[in-house]
Amino acid sequence: MTAIATDFETVIGLEVHCQLLTQSKMFCSCSVDYSGAAPNTHVCPVCLGMPGTLPVINERAIEFISRTGLALNCTISSFSKFDRKNYHYPDLMKGYQISQFDLPVCLGGYLDIEVDGYTRRVGITRVHMEEDTARLLHRTDAATGEGYSLVDVNRSGTPLMEIVSEPDMRTPAEAREYLVRLRQILRYIGVSHANMEEGNFRCDANISLRPRGQAEFGSKVEIKNMNSFRAVHDALVFEQQRQAEVLNSGGTIPQETRGWVDDSAITVSQRSKEDANDYRYFPEPDLPPLRLARMWVDDIAAALPELPAARDARLRALGLNEHEAATITESRGRAEYFDRLAEAIALGPERSPKLAANWLLGEVSRWLNEHTAEIDEFPLTADGLAELIRMSEDGQITAAVAKDVFEKMAATGKDAATIVAESGLAQISGDDELTEIARKVIAANQRAVDDYRTGKEAALNSLMGQVMRETRGRANPQTVTSILKRELTVK
Amino acid sequence: MAISGDEVLHVAHLARIALTPADVERFSAQLSSIVDHFAALAAVDTEGVEPTAHPLPLSNVMRADTVAPSLPQATVLANAPEQEDGFFRVRAVLE
Repeated sequence: MTAIATDFETVIGLEVHCQLLTQSKMFCSCSVDYSGAAPNTHVCPVCLGMPGTLPVINERAIEFISRTGLALNCTISSFSKFDRKNYHYPDLMKGYQISQFDLPVCLGGYLDIEVDGYTRRVGITRVHMEEDTARLLHRTDAATGEGYSLVDVNRSGTPLMEIVSEPDMRTPAEAREYLVRLRQILRYIGVSHANMEEGNFRCDANISLRPRGQAEFGSKVEIKNMNSFRAVHDALVFEQQRQAEVLNSGGTIPQETRGWVDDSAITVSQRSKEDANDYRYFPEPDLPPLRLARMWVDDIAAALPELPAARDARLRALGLNEHEAATITESRGRAEYFDRLAEAIALGPERSPKLAANWLLGEVSRWLNEHTAEIDEFPLTADGLAELIRMSEDGQITAAVAKDVFEKMAATGKDAATIVAESGLAQISGDDELTEIARKVIAANQRAVDDYRTGKEAALNSLMGQVMRETRGRANPQTVTSILKRELTVK
Repeated sequence: MAISGDEVLHVAHLARIALTPADVERFSAQLSSIVDHFAALAAVDTEGVEPTAHPLPLSNVMRADTVAPSLPQATVLANAPEQEDGFFRVRAVLE
């Protein structure tokens, strides 16, 4: 008997938890700046879940989640409320987590992603507000060999936003692209560091398979414990393969939670998933509901920055290629620097954007890589760099000298004109001066001269290099070329 | 509506309450009569009535995002039955 492998379609939905960049916690005034702090030092009776305390909503967190919803094309609910999600675990101080069940702040949006040249619109089911849990460390007692846990409550109560996608992704690559674009947007709008390695951006994935063409979904598996985009991608690839093998051998996929084990690159069964019923959600009696006024939401919408997709389209319309536009819009800081630079170069719409892109992706990127710095740490202002670019463009200095001046500007903070004047780097275009140098070089390099005269054009480059060395890169290359050619044909 | 013994045990487990067989029988009867009472509430015509999210006529009770001092670690841990290196120490929870 031969089993015929069915052609399956993969269905993926992602749940992203993301800590917000507020100063204080979601429901109390403890600082969220606990990274590296001693355990249980960013804690008060509210986030410890002491009886008799009352939570109060952090207004900034509501602003941030609304901003997120708007950036993801969601509707911001004019009425939403908080609910208690009840479960027992030592990371939960109150015995319940304050979350949102049926009336979240944001509903029904989407995010467009582009993979391998096609675009997919991924629906955003909802974005809701909740609080982060305490951190647990699992230990073994040396004396008894028994396991125990240590609890650090610092993280407990940190504003946490959950972004739930529709099951709209069809490949692990799409899932990764969704995360990349989502992270980019969250950073653009300044609501989160969105750093998976730091733990302020976490992702759980739901994945199921169904025979291609079937409308109903197969039973889904939730994957947890993925600590990087690569891990999410690899876990989905693994799980896609595992489920196909089980189904092809006549088995069924139980609905369950599986954990990704990074070292061995496999998923393993965890606990069976509780029913939502078991969380016994009910409205949080300690928090009155939110009524977000239309005007308040409109103000937030109006203050949104230009988002990555719109910026990318605009830069392509300015004449940048796909790669240039994508690289520049990767971070908001870089994109804004580009805009300022192109404007300051002021050599017209034909040249300015291209020059700004060349310099930003060339010298500036190289400098940033060398100094492992971000664009906001880059020492040159857009105006300062634009002055240098203009000096290079109108021939006051050569391209080679411009790179040198760029380095000196970054190192000393002096402006381009000052450096050029101080170091005598102005371009030499004078025929007499250059002719004299060219003759000297010709006299000293008989072999290259002979090569050139016997038809080896490349020998000219070697002579050119000598002239550049003599002039410390200040010679106008075009002038030198024509002088050399002229002098070499004179017998 | 009758609440079965299994349902009582399930809810007791979620609340981490240990029950004797006699407890289960007693609570099964008591919870059944409580749930019956909801049947009476469910019979009321609520057509056109907004669900109540909160009993008080309040909304948008929020605070500015400002930081206030937290408690000293020693105070936080003062009533902990067990502690270690500044952490609360608890029994391992096995799922």
